[in-house]
Parts: sequence; C-alpha cells; structure tokens
Amino acid sequence: MSVGIIMLVHTAFDRAEQVARHWSAAGCPLVIHADKSVPPKTYKAFVNALSDLPDVRFSARHRCEWGTWGLVAATQSAAQLMLDEFEDVRHVYLASGSCLPLRPVQELIDYLAERPQTDFIESATTADVPWTIGGLDHERFTLRFPFSWRKHRYLFDRAVAFQRAIGYRRRIPNGLVPHMGSQWWCLTRQTLSAILSDPDRKVYDDYFKQVWIPDESYFQTLARQYSLQIESRSLTLSKFDYQGKPHIFYDDHLQLLRRSDCFVARKIWPFANRLYDAFLTDSAGAMKRTEPNPGKIDRIFAKAVERRTRGRPGLYMQSRFPVEGRENGLTCAQYSVFEGFSDLFENFEAWLARVTGTRVHGHLFAPERAEFSDGQTVMNGALSDSAALRDYNPRAFLTSLIWNTRGERQCFQMGPRDEIKDIEWDIAKDSNAQISVITGAWAVPLFKSNRNFADLRQEAARLQQIESQHLNVLRSPWAKARIRIWTMAEFIEAPMEPLQTIIDEIGQQNMRGLAEVPRMADLSGFGQFLQNLKNQGMHPYLMGDFPVAHGPHDTPQNKPKPYLVQ
Amino acid sequence: MGRRQAGIEWMSNAAFAYRLRWKRRRLLYRALRKRRQLAPVADRTDRIAPDAILGAMTVRNEMLRLPFFLDHHRRLGVGHFLVVDNGSDDGTRAYLAAQPDVSLWSTTQSYKLSRFGMDWLTWLMIRHAHGHWCLTLDADEIFIYPHHDTRPLPALTEWLEARGRRSFGALMLDMYPKGRVQDHPYKPGDDPFRHLCWFDGGNYTIRKKPDLHNLWIQGGPRARCFFADRPRRAPTMGKVPLVKWNRRFVYVSSTHSLLPRRLNRVYDESGGEALSGVLLHTKFLDVVVEKSAEEKQRREHFANSALYETYYDSLIGNPDLWCAHSTRYLGWRQLEAMGLMSRGGWV
Repeated sequence: MSVGIIMLVHTAFDRAEQVARHWSAAGCPLVIHADKSVPPKTYKAFVNALSDLPDVRFSARHRCEWGTWGLVAATQSAAQLMLDEFEDVRHVYLASGSCLPLRPVQELIDYLAERPQTDFIESATTADVPWTIGGLDHERFTLRFPFSWRKHRYLFDRAVAFQRAIGYRRRIPNGLVPHMGSQWWCLTRQTLSAILSDPDRKVYDDYFKQVWIPDESYFQTLARQYSLQIESRSLTLSKFDYQGKPHIFYDDHLQLLRRSDCFVARKIWPFANRLYDAFLTDSAGAMKRTEPNPGKIDRIFAKAVERRTRGRPGLYMQSRFPVEGRENGLTCAQYSVFEGFSDLFENFEAWLARVTGTRVHGHLFAPERAEFSDGQTVMNGALSDSAALRDYNPRAFLTSLIWNTRGERQCFQMGPRDEIKDIEWDIAKDSNAQISVITGAWAVPLFKSNRNFADLRQEAARLQQIESQHLNVLRSPWAKARIRIWTMAEFIEAPMEPLQTIIDEIGQQNMRGLAEVPRMADLSGFGQFLQNLKNQGMHPYLMGDFPVAHGPHDTPQNKPKPYLVQ
Repeated sequence: MGRRQAGIEWMSNAAFAYRLRWKRRRLLYRALRKRRQLAPVADRTDRIAPDAILGAMTVRNEMLRLPFFLDHHRRLGVGHFLVVDNGSDDGTRAYLAAQPDVSLWSTTQSYKLSRFGMDWLTWLMIRHAHGHWCLTLDADEIFIYPHHDTRPLPALTEWLEARGRRSFGALMLDMYPKGRVQDHPYKPGDDPFRHLCWFDGGNYTIRKKPDLHNLWIQGGPRARCFFADRPRRAPTMGKVPLVKWNRRFVYVSSTHSLLPRRLNRVYDESGGEALSGVLLHTKFLDVVVEKSAEEKQRREHFANSALYETYYDSLIGNPDLWCAHSTRYLGWRQLEAMGLMSRGGWV
C-alpha cells in the first residue's frame, strides 16, 4: 500500500521537479497537473526533466484561475488518473508545486498506514468558519458568479448585489450540506473513487461550477457523503493572512516549520534555498511519531493579523496613520495630567515622583519650553524641549512622548498659562488620560507674585477665561479621559482624600496609604487677595467659595496640618 | 441638502483629480524635453532581465559612498542600476561605467532645473523601467525593510504584488556619529554605520497632505538641531522609494510623492500597520562639512536656497548631532520594535 501524490503546478518548475523527485525517491507515485497557461516549451522541458522517474504521470491540463472551477477539474482528472494507474495507492495526497515535505516521507506513509480508513480533509459548515473573505459565506453556494473576482471586481460585486436585490437563490442539489475548508486534502481511495464515480456527479459538477471558490468546497462537501471517518484538518500546514492570501515561508522560517511537526507546508518561496536544502536532504533524521501540531505556531500568525489590522495603538509612522476615530487609542499607555496641583503645593512634582515612582514632568506645554523632568532638554526618543517644535504638532509631541516612554508612567502639569488650546481636546478625548484639576489654583502664584495689582487683575481675568473654556472641554460629552475636578476651596478642605484616590488609581506601589504629604503653599491672605480682585471689578469664581474671613495679618491658623491617611 | 453637498464634493474631487492628471502629463512632457541633456556613457540596458528589480539615481561626486551603496543594494537583489552622473570630477563616472550592472548617462546641466534629477530619471524610467519594480534612491540612502537580511527584494515585491500593492513607503532615518561629524574618517567600502550608528528614535511629526495624500513626515536630528526655531522648514523624511513602475508614473518632489496619487497610499488609515521600510541616511559622514560648503555655493539643492543658508552654516560648522537620548542602531528588528518601520502582516 502506498500514498499517491497529486501535484498541481503552475510556476517554479525547478522546485516542483525537486520536490517530485523527493516524493518519488520515497516510493510515492505521482500525478502532476500543470496549468494550461504554462507555455508549451516550459511544460515540455518539465516533462522531459522528470522522464527518468518511473511512477510519474501527467494528467490532462486545465486552466486554473484562482477561485474558479478549473482547479477542481484539474484535481478530478489527476485523481482519476491516479486511481486508474496506481492500484496500490490507498491514500491520495493533494499537494501543489510550492508544497514542501517537512518530515521524512516515510513518516507520512507510516502515519497514513496506521489510519487506513481516515480521510484528512478540513471540512466545516459555512456557519462555523470565520475565514471567509468578501462577506460571502453561505451565499457562495446560493448565488451565481459569472464574473471573475480578480479581474472584474466591479462586475462581480454588481452581480452579487443584483442577485441579493431580486432575492435570487440557487437550489442546492440533493440536500447537500455545503462544507468548506483548506483545498489541500488527503483522501482514501474509497472516498475519492466514490466521489468521482457518483452517478449524480454531473449534477454536482454543474452545481459547483457556479459556486464561488469551488476548490475549497467541492471535495469538502462531497467527502461528507461517503467518508467513513473524516478527520477535519489538513495535513498540509498553510497559513492565510487577513485578506485570505497565503503566507509564504522563507529561509528564516526554518525553525518555525520544524517546530510545527507538520508533514507538508505551503507555500514555500521558490528561492528559499535553505528550506529546500534542509528539508529535502536530511530525510535520514530520526523517525518521530509525533502528531502534527500547527497550533504551536498559530500564535505567531494570529499576532501578525493583529498587527496588520489593528496595529500598535498610540504609534504613528509612515505606514500607520489612522484617521481620527480609528486610532484605537490615541496614545499607547496611561498617563496623568495634573492641573493646579503644582500651584497649590510647593513640592508637588518631587513628592509625586517619590510617592508613585513615575516620571513626573513640569508643565510640558509651557510657553517657553517643554519642562521635562529633572530639567532635561531632550527626552526619550530624542524628543526636544523646543516650544516651537512642540507647538508645530502638539499631538505628535504627546503621542511620541508616551510611545517613547512605554513601560514608565508619565505625569505632567498643565494649566491655563500653557499652550493648551491645540492639545486640550486630544487629551480630554484620550481614554488613557487621567486628568485631575483644581480649578482656580492658578491664582496662587499670582497671589504670591510681586506684581502690580492692575497687571494681576488682567492676568487673572485671562487665566480664568482660559480655564473656564478648558473646563467646558473636560465636561463635554466627548471627553473620554478619567476626569476629576475640584474647586480650590473644595480641595483644601480635605486634600488627602482626593490625593489618595488619584495615587491609588495610578496604582504603582504604596498600598498602605500616603506616608508623606506634599507641602501646601501658605494661603494666609489669599481670601483677601480674591476680595481685592472682586473689588477691582473682576469676579474670581473658579476657586469656589473661598473663606474671605481673615485679614492680611492673620496667622495661618486653619492651614490643614499634614496628616496620615490610614 | 446633504445629498447636494456630497454632489458638490464629488465634483470638486473630480475636478482636482483632473488637474492632477494634467500636472502628471506636464511632468512627463518635461522629462521628455530633458532627455537630450543626457549623454549615454555606458548603456547596458539590454542586459536588464524581464523580472529584474531596478535601481535609479542621480549622483554627483559620490565616489566615497558608491562602493558600499552598490554592494548593499546588489545583495538585496537590485538587478540593474540606472544612473545619471551630474558632472562628477572625483572618478565617480569611470567607476560606475566599469560596473557590469550599471547603465550610466551623464549631464552637466542644472540639477535644480531638472527637479533635482527627477526629470532625467523620469525619462530613463519611461524608457527602461516600465513593468519593473524600481527603487529610486540617492547615493546616501541605504534601503532596508523587515527581514532584509534573510529575504531579498524579490520576496518583498512578490508579497506586495500578491496583495495588490504597487508602492512601498519608507522613513528616512538620519544616521549620525557620536561627537563632531568630522572626527570620524570614512574610507570607500567601509560600513558607514560603524560610526554613523546613532539616530533619533521618536521625535517625528506626521501630517497627511490634502492634495497628494502622501504623509509629510518631519523630525529627526536636523529638525532638532537646525530647525527648532522654524519647524516647517525641517527636511521631509517620508519617501516612497520602491514602486512597480509604469511609464505613465512620475515622482513629484524628490521621491516624497508620486502621481497618480494612489501610489502615495503606502499607509493604513484604519488603525492597522502596513509593511514599510527605512532609508538609512548616510549624509553625516565626515565629508558633509566639505560638501555643504560646496552646496551652499552651488545653490542646487533647495528650490528656495536662501532659506537654508543657516542650515548650511551649521553643517559647515562641523556639528555634533548626538544627544543623551540618541538611540544606537542595532538592526531592523530594533527599528521594527520601536515603530520606525513595520512588518505589517509579513510573518
């Protein structure tokens, strides 16, 4: 008993010959089908080259365009020839010219000899397969496809749309249940001959000639009618990308292919010398009895699909530039924005860095320069602190910073003095952002400054207007960031609770509460300062209801004392 | 109302597409007129195999870079180079004429008036590159892509073609030494990246150009060091160097963009990553100082050269581009992991 190989060839004839010799050397009879579109000269040379092999036949040639009946017709005539010519053959293995045996052929022969009744053909109903492309799954069996998908896509689509519109449906003959699967199968003589000599074969053939991609469904469907035992998997390792195009194996896949323990793989790049050398020569390797296990390498291909279709969130580069809304995350990691905190607390940045172990920057969008942590002038990725470069494309600046520092959480300060106009929406809409705002805290530096009151008043009015617009952004329904807003009055009432919440959310160390608190600025006289602004006709309201009670010379008696939160 | 607006938009798109078509024709005609400026030095185009991948470039005094350049791209699988020599006097011409896989033309006409060599190359590509994958480079650009060490160019082009892609995008990555550029002498044939092994890893900005739909990428050490005060003027770092050529195609400005504009869509807009590569830029070899002095005089490299005087002055001043956050080059896998190129779905 032996295994017969059907080989469908249309290109790379030198490799096909090499593989044919390999099969033949192991005692497998071959039937080779060459695409009709192959020039006669090439075909003749190929036939001649293999003329010294005893058990090689060439079957009647058909034109094999992708997704058409030709491939099935070619397989049928080759299979018929195989069954007629080689009585010994019990299993017929369908392969292509770009298939490469990965394990010694004898292992395949032994494997099949142990399973004499088993048909290896991937065969699943349309409802169960996720891999259909073009949105056509069951419809490929109920519509007609007079136009080529490759060459006349427009007509193909129109024809489908038309049939859908008029509610056209074909009848599936004899109650067949359509199945689909990989076109590379290995069937027993019993099953294959039953399919080929079925009295209704003409009915089936006529039906499948109008099915889309029949080479993935003809044998897969009909095998279900006759097979005694179907193993619904292909012995040929083949991987497809998200467009349904086959992956190609190159020299650097050597280890990957070895690891799969599969008998045969396709498609192999014809110039992958190292693969052909490795797998076609060292057949004397130790006989393994392991099961093929393509699952071992599945993850790599699944990841490739993910990379191709979803990409790396937060990355913008020459081949990934999502339109707005399709970024799948504006930035690549979570970060925290603090507004007003460094105004209210004197040592906020140093404290935050100590408590959370994160990277804490100053005002990244300050008008003069990007205040990177520790006074650096460049950050990871050679990101410059130049305000002009930053403001040229603030979104790129932010996404680059977060991307470049993957693995280290970034925190930065923001406020109405900064160049926030072109970035505030991006941050507000970014679900990776954690924004904490103490409104009105920008007044503290004004209060502490030694400037003319007229200037202060003007600046206060400007900042208040900017912040109030900024708050509208943060409160808009489009804002996706985790946003917390306190008025300054609210915040200083009980500062530890909000701080604790924010720190917990950053969630880096420190599970036992804050051992140390930041030092709040001395606010004695601040109430009077606000009152003075009011007296000048400006209305500072973002700070909340601030105690105006004590005069300029009061001692700071109700300044909150540092305490521990347990 | 919405329907009417859509109609108007469609009309204006169609009108714009039509204008671009005429622009393309004008550029082709321009190339046709410029063909007389080219004198063949060594025409070996009859040796071009039907499926060969071609290289195309314009050079001037590149004797220093050519040996490594040719060696690298030959190894990748470029089958034949179409080269225009623009008045070299350092032996470039004789060297190229002696290469068996180079066809060489020469001219002493203006580089700038030839759209920085593009008119000449367009003509050569009309003649010889129709139906070939064609890699258009400068002599200081070393093309790499994911898996380039194990999979030659034909593997890449086959993969692209099977997925219906005709063009391939790359980021130009300025490579620089640690320390002043003149401190690192370079001999022809050496690996330029032994010293030029540093780059800026993540300070690039991208805009999509509304007209040609190409990505306008800027950034890198030149933006950081020389254009920090006027970022708009910083050099463009995005290119589309590899195209399955058709004689009706034309590069618009350097290899940054092409017409028809669908060729500029080398990126994914729905969140996924398309396959892309990198051009390692060897501009900052020690000779850059000397060359910049010459280029500043010749005024052949920018349409508006006066704006770039200070840029040239900085280069003439033997600059140090290195900073504490420069990244050391380790290979394509590193660039891929950093997101400076992507393997897309190419496992």
